[in-house]
Amino acid sequence: MIVAEQKPLEEIKGVLGDAENVLVAGCGTCVTVCLAGGEKEAQLMASALRIASRVDGTPIEATDVTVQRQCEWEYLEMIEAEVEKADLIVSLACGIGVQTFARHFPDKWVVPGLNTTFLGQPEEQGIWTEQCQACGNCMLAMTGGICPVARCSKQVQNGPCGGSEHGLCEVKRIRRVDGVPVMVKGRGGRMMPATEDVECAWHLIHDRLKEHNRLDLITGVQEPKDWTTSRDGGPRRIVREDLILMDEE
Amino acid sequence: MSEQSSAATPQSNLAKVFASGAFAVTGELGPPKGADPEVIREKAKLLKGFVDAVNITDNQTAVVRMSSIAAAALSHQAGVEPIVQMTCRDRNRLAIEADLLGAWALGLRNLLCLSGDHQTFGNHKDSKNVWDIDSIQLVKMMEDMRSKGIFINGEELEGEPPDFFLGAVENPFADPLHYRPFRVAKKVRAGAKFLQTQCIYNMDKFKDFMSKLGDMGVLDDIHIMAGLSPLKGPGMAKYMRDMVPGMDVPDEVVERMTGAGQGIEDKAERSKAWRAEGIKYCIEQIQEVREIPGVRGVHVMAIEWEEAVKPIVEGAGLLPRPQAIGSAASA
Repeated sequence: MIVAEQKPLEEIKGVLGDAENVLVAGCGTCVTVCLAGGEKEAQLMASALRIASRVDGTPIEATDVTVQRQCEWEYLEMIEAEVEKADLIVSLACGIGVQTFARHFPDKWVVPGLNTTFLGQPEEQGIWTEQCQACGNCMLAMTGGICPVARCSKQVQNGPCGGSEHGLCEVKRIRRVDGVPVMVKGRGGRMMPATEDVECAWHLIHDRLKEHNRLDLITGVQEPKDWTTSRDGGPRRIVREDLILMDEE
Repeated sequence: MSEQSSAATPQSNLAKVFASGAFAVTGELGPPKGADPEVIREKAKLLKGFVDAVNITDNQTAVVRMSSIAAAALSHQAGVEPIVQMTCRDRNRLAIEADLLGAWALGLRNLLCLSGDHQTFGNHKDSKNVWDIDSIQLVKMMEDMRSKGIFINGEELEGEPPDFFLGAVENPFADPLHYRPFRVAKKVRAGAKFLQTQCIYNMDKFKDFMSKLGDMGVLDDIHIMAGLSPLKGPGMAKYMRDMVPGMDVPDEVVERMTGAGQGIEDKAERSKAWRAEGIKYCIEQIQEVREIPGVRGVHVMAIEWEEAVKPIVEGAGLLPRPQAIGSAASA
């Protein structure tokens, strides 16, 4: 699913301008499951904006509404009345929802309430990890179902590189809580972001292939990847003519 | 400068040293964090005649420095044969090919292909990385350019193709340990002709690595150079042991370095004793790796300590070097 996290309230307040009627729009699919922008979060966000505006001395109206999927026209049509009354929409959908919203309601100003973070999986309660980069040319058949494009820090195709130690990548991830880096005292007393370990994707690939007796899959030199199917080919589009024809019937 | 005949194209000195059967020695020359060519010339002076070629690092540890190719050209002019390092972190296949055509045109003959340290280790942490291709694909790309005269897209290039002496690296101590020799074999298949290893402090593990390469039958196809980095003191040994990923420094090495300074009160004297021990230990290591079947040379990484190279190479009985580039280049 698409995983996202809320922007800090201060940042959202900073892009409201002089809007007096703000509609916070939740989305009922991915961001509901990752507890970032569903119905409950939309209610809380609207309430937080109301309270904050009163504390700041410039009270605004903030209401909320949630649709099943902000990335589809049909669902947005269902909230035209609510949107009509608002002079600014804070969308708690992923980046796709925000853009679909802006296209469907061209007269309205739409701002994002979330940072869309990655395509991932709930690892455990409260923890999500990236699994896919949507490169458009899936190589998981060769790598035993573990993606080096999304999960190797260097996207190495012929791994593991020399920085793999005890199953961990030499690159450490900046530790963030609610999107904000956790700062700790580093060497010499300077404050710096805390880091945490990341698994070496190629070590995982190696172990899994070995277990399945399929190390032969990675003994050859893997050819350079064709990135035209990835973002590098420009914004992507899928055309399914069979479905288009069905639509017209 | 009207010579066009390919017969006149000077070849890699390092390749010639290997071909002669001599035990090769390479060093390291880190470009400055600035634009002063004198820095390269000064460092080159300290290395000239004591090594067969020097690695010119490419934004090492992701810290910005003078470009590897520019610094290599300066080193070449100063009479020290450079090995251009090229990483895949900062350039896509298009930029790498273009830069390497230029490197060849400037007279540079050796190329070392690496994936490159992640930018989060360096001083441009906010930057975007590339990794369009990886280090093995880079070797293959340049081997195809060399042997077939084609770019990575299959198009033929104009004129004589660059014929770089192609090198790669491997860390014999990284995990999964048993896979490392297979990865060397992959690099050989891709076209690597020489290979420098990560710094060796755990000799037993390195010997094991070498004997596996022997079992796999790849040692006839690649010149393995044992990577050695002289220690400046116990602090450096501990830092390498505890802080540098993929480095295997046994405790006895730290103890040996600590012992060398024991009982010496004067700070400068103690540091001198440590450095002397570091050089002595490095010489012993060279003697040890020379006995290992398949080791064809050493890569001495005296990081910001170029002065150490001469006593090490001299102490190991590896002077004079077979042929200095200066005599060939200035002819």
